[in-house]
Amino acid sequence: MSEYDVLIVGSGHGGVQAASVLRQREFGGSVAILTADRDEPYERPPLSKDYLSGDKDFHSIHLRGPDFWEEKQIALILGRTVATVDPAGHSVTCDNGERFGYGKLIWAAGGEPRRLTCDGHDLAGLHAIRTRADVDRLRSELTDAERVVIIGGGYIGLEAAASLTRMGKHVTVLEALDRLLARVAAPTISDFFEAQHRARGVDIQLGAAVTCIEGANNRVARVILADGRSLPADVVIVGIGIVPHVAALAAAGADAPNGVAVDEFCRTSLPDIYAVGDCALHRNVFGPERQVRVESVQNAVDQASVAARHILGDPIAYAATPWFWSNQFDIKLQTIGLNTDYDATVLRGEPSGGRFSVVYLRDGAVAALDCVNMVKDYVQGRVLVERRANVDPASLCDPAIPLKSLALQE
Amino acid sequence: MPTVTVTTRAGEERIVEATSGRSLMENLRDGGIDDILALCGGNCSCATCHVHVAAEWLDKLPAMSADEDDLLDSSDYRQPNSRLSCQIAVTDALDQLRVAVAPED
Repeated sequence: MSEYDVLIVGSGHGGVQAASVLRQREFGGSVAILTADRDEPYERPPLSKDYLSGDKDFHSIHLRGPDFWEEKQIALILGRTVATVDPAGHSVTCDNGERFGYGKLIWAAGGEPRRLTCDGHDLAGLHAIRTRADVDRLRSELTDAERVVIIGGGYIGLEAAASLTRMGKHVTVLEALDRLLARVAAPTISDFFEAQHRARGVDIQLGAAVTCIEGANNRVARVILADGRSLPADVVIVGIGIVPHVAALAAAGADAPNGVAVDEFCRTSLPDIYAVGDCALHRNVFGPERQVRVESVQNAVDQASVAARHILGDPIAYAATPWFWSNQFDIKLQTIGLNTDYDATVLRGEPSGGRFSVVYLRDGAVAALDCVNMVKDYVQGRVLVERRANVDPASLCDPAIPLKSLALQE
Repeated sequence: MPTVTVTTRAGEERIVEATSGRSLMENLRDGGIDDILALCGGNCSCATCHVHVAAEWLDKLPAMSADEDDLLDSSDYRQPNSRLSCQIAVTDALDQLRVAVAPED
């Protein structure tokens, strides 16, 4: 059994950041990243954007240069899936039977794409977008594909729709709810993206519940909706969220109601086991008064730093300002703060002009901003979010008044 | 092959053998400069690839977009020679370029 002082499970932004911070802060012990992925660590955000479209090659999306791992003495153990965790014995066992011992375990395993369960869910031609292998498979089928149906009108689905439309495909987005981005953004944002996608030729179907996928020769052929409609499809992409990858921790006794619960130092309820990123259920100081999971690069990276620093004996509680971005066509959406459980919004600017921001309030205080082609608001809104500023909505809604000046008045 | 001299946050000077056609950010990352986080992957959507450019090189770089200018405003360490390294395509004309990684915000 190989043993590591710190074993990191997962090779996304969180896992790589944890290892990097340990080495930057001169941790002298052994460090390994163990991952189900078969590729050296890479960025996931381009998978639905520039990597899908072919504008970026795999080299461009590496998280670190090729010599980094050896230089920093970080062992990369690729292609392994952890099946069980033994907290008392400080070891993990992979599904191939291999065991690895650890002093501290950082669980940065993210999530699995949520799959369809309806008839036809296992046909060839159905794709998820989570790993490089997923997108390589998808790309290999695109050459002969004309009609792409995307199930799910969230960020992944819309980013993929934009990339594929640019590649000349006929794209239909099916959203079960009555608006796009329903779980993550205000209706103004939903309506804006719906109009923008439609204007560029994307067929958006709202309130579209999928009944089943029909195949021909074991390959997808049509998506059947609850209202009886039948949509021809050469390729189907399923983008309906992730299921946090925490089963092994839950089976080991961790508190894991939706993801795995962690404290402000990213410690789980199990000894010497930390969790960071998409799978970590935490109280976010910018969120509501309940635990949340935050699926973003920022959260993965900053929580990883918190876990690493706790291991190094130099703890800081997690309090980083959340931020997020999504690029679709030539539209740049940037989010600062967390809008979870917002109770009011203020619109700055005119969506029809293509540049505007939505300010999210919680209990009267600025909780977050979604900024559409408004980098200034994104930059200047940060301080309002960080101060939980109570700003007069009449000033907030005037795009001629810089947010910077409102922060000064507050 | 152009070379770039980088001063890391720790103050160490390193020479990076760069590839023309790739961004300065990608070249620094590939050269093992791991204090360049470049979290948005080079989309000009964050400011975590911020560098200070040696003065004599400033006017040889591609012009700054309004978005880059705004994003640099988010840094407490903005200087007149600040740039986002993802927005600089390395060319042979940039051989011997000198930059320093800006402090972490």
